[in-house]
Amino acid sequence: MPRWRMPTRASAALAAAGLLLSGCANPSVGSANDDPAEPVTLKFWHGWATPGEVKAIDDSIERFEELHPNIEVEATGNVTDATVNQALRAGGDKAPDVVSSFTTNNVGQYCDSGMWVDLDPFMKKTGVDKRKVFPKTLLDYTSYQGNQCALPLLADAYGMYYNKDAFEQAGIKRPPRTMSEFERVAKKLTVRRGEDSYERVGYMPNFRLYQNSPDRLFAQWGPRYFDAEGNSRLAEEPATYDFLKTARRLAAAQGGFDDLEKFRLTFGDEMSSQNAFLTGKLAMHLDGEWRGLMLKDAKAKFDWGVAPLPVPDDQAETYGRGFLTGTVAGIAHSSKHQNAAWELVKFLTTDTDQVVDFANAIHNVPSTYAALDSPRLDADPTFRTFFKILENEHSEALPPSTNGGAYVLSLMDFAYSVEAGHVPDLRAGLRRLDEQIDADTLQSKS
Amino acid sequence: MPRSLTLAGPAARRRLRTLGFLSPWLIGFGVFFAYPLIATVYFSFMHYNQIKEPTFVGLRNWEYVFDQMPLFGPALWNTLWLVVIMVALRVVFGLSLGLLITKIKTGVGFFRTAFYIPYLAPPVAATVAFVFLLNPGTGPVNELLGAIGISGPNWFNDPDTAKPSLVLLSLWGIGDLMVIFMAALLDVPKEQYEAAELDGAGAWAKFRYVTWPSITPIVMFAVVTGVVQTMQYYTQALVAGKVASGVNIGPGSVIQPGYPEHSTLTVPQLVYSMGFQNFNTGAACVLSLVLFAIAMAVTSLLMRKRSGLLSAED
Repeated sequence: MPRWRMPTRASAALAAAGLLLSGCANPSVGSANDDPAEPVTLKFWHGWATPGEVKAIDDSIERFEELHPNIEVEATGNVTDATVNQALRAGGDKAPDVVSSFTTNNVGQYCDSGMWVDLDPFMKKTGVDKRKVFPKTLLDYTSYQGNQCALPLLADAYGMYYNKDAFEQAGIKRPPRTMSEFERVAKKLTVRRGEDSYERVGYMPNFRLYQNSPDRLFAQWGPRYFDAEGNSRLAEEPATYDFLKTARRLAAAQGGFDDLEKFRLTFGDEMSSQNAFLTGKLAMHLDGEWRGLMLKDAKAKFDWGVAPLPVPDDQAETYGRGFLTGTVAGIAHSSKHQNAAWELVKFLTTDTDQVVDFANAIHNVPSTYAALDSPRLDADPTFRTFFKILENEHSEALPPSTNGGAYVLSLMDFAYSVEAGHVPDLRAGLRRLDEQIDADTLQSKS
Repeated sequence: MPRSLTLAGPAARRRLRTLGFLSPWLIGFGVFFAYPLIATVYFSFMHYNQIKEPTFVGLRNWEYVFDQMPLFGPALWNTLWLVVIMVALRVVFGLSLGLLITKIKTGVGFFRTAFYIPYLAPPVAATVAFVFLLNPGTGPVNELLGAIGISGPNWFNDPDTAKPSLVLLSLWGIGDLMVIFMAALLDVPKEQYEAAELDGAGAWAKFRYVTWPSITPIVMFAVVTGVVQTMQYYTQALVAGKVASGVNIGPGSVIQPGYPEHSTLTVPQLVYSMGFQNFNTGAACVLSLVLFAIAMAVTSLLMRKRSGLLSAED
């Protein structure tokens, strides 16, 4: 019997395993050689899920199919970013051609990884001048280092909803405009019940409440998250300290974090009729433009209004600003019909009538200059407050990162500890946070 | 005929036959264990975001996990805490329940069913129900405690009580261990108890010198499988953390698991976050290998100490 030559066989097996493993790590690649006039079926994944939203996007697709009879669109709703991320990485013929995301957090990752293709060549080919179509902030949050891998598909602006009846009862004439005023008004509006509970809270600053993710309120300070080299600079940024201390002060003025957190746990689901603002448990509330339509549909039992969120006292001139984000759309790298897919993306994001109709239907802020100026746009003044926030020169979106929203997640984690009073040395904590964000970014790049 | 195709003698034929009989296991082992293990080791040295070609980065992923991932420490601590506390309490509680039910004379069927049924509840549904029952603000448990003048804890919403609450959930679903222990207890020869009684043994002496030696292999089985399962503890911790936090920031956004304050974060959750949310495949593979090494070490230690799963008489 021949002797087994283990080293040779082992090397061969390892080489084969290596080849097999690296082969498995190579997802399918699409192409932009298709003729968009040829009959084709496009798969479109989006995140809209409520009946009204699904009807609005289905109506949009119907309008598109009327304009492009050769293109059929198979839409799939309620798709999360995690699903898009995993499906595009897995590849295969079931993967979508056109993709969308409800957040701008992951745009940097989509662009830098090549998962969503650069749309500039498509815009050039079809004569779309993006700078004339979209506001700059929206173009910034849909690109990463010059790669425009997404386009805005309506925008979201954040402001403050307030209970006018509660304001009247407390003798408050108008919504607060600066943070110190915010603190005073919030305290005045707070009505306690017993020792550790509430009838109503003026403004709940707790970062786990509904849309209160720390980056949203932080936008009122206009922070710079990264330096020119892309390193995290939250410890260097004076606004970070002021923001976190303000949040703590707001909580302290209304009974402290623990009592507020206990009260938060009694709130119903954000998107239900048990929403805490809708049930009168909150007098002021940070939220996006879509909430107005929901309040009307739910026939809120009180008079309510909308205003921009307050700004820091030393930046009073920036009042009117707010946090910006939005739905974004792009083309999957694995799509074999990228030219046809571009026709759908172009229609959804640049066609003025489409953008206006869709914005009116789902109460999102239009994302093109032409749509913002359209006389057909819903004239509701509460809705229009958010247009002004979008157009305010001081309004900000999150900067894209190659690591997606990982840095926002790290900031959230840190802010949760700060609000709970578990960070005795803020400067040291912020330095560690910067180090962690940089390490995560490096790990993502390496 | 080429030499490689000949069946040269009975030894070679026997080897081939053995291989043939072993092939279903070999294929399963290769596809579901050996290949994933080799792939995990391979990717632990690569930078791979599941889109671009993997590139060799040496020990970079290992350094990242051990030096620069602040969540690794809490996740490992929580996992080990659950392995020690949850497994120990489940075994003690399961055995006590088994002893109790084998002793009672009437209503055995009812109690056996009543204690077994919770085990059949889907883990997600059971966890959501527990979080609602134990909600500090609106849950009936704290309302009941309040009615008798006791201020209830914050259960899943307090880092000090979140893990004990998960243990409570696991004890509620003790049906699997209870059935195994009941079978083992009923299998202990009655004559041994009779002989012990004749020797004047009391309840404790009978348990110590008759019951325990007979059921040791089953206890060991419960401990080893419990350790392996708890090292993979994921669903209940993730669901409890997410539901208790009350955070829902939209379909595009990712929520860090482990609420409150990373107290329910386990290594498997971190593996998922790294691998399928951050697409940091290298770090996810390192975490998986650490988990695998710990599970192997603990299991080997237990098996060696007790000479496997055989009782003394076997």
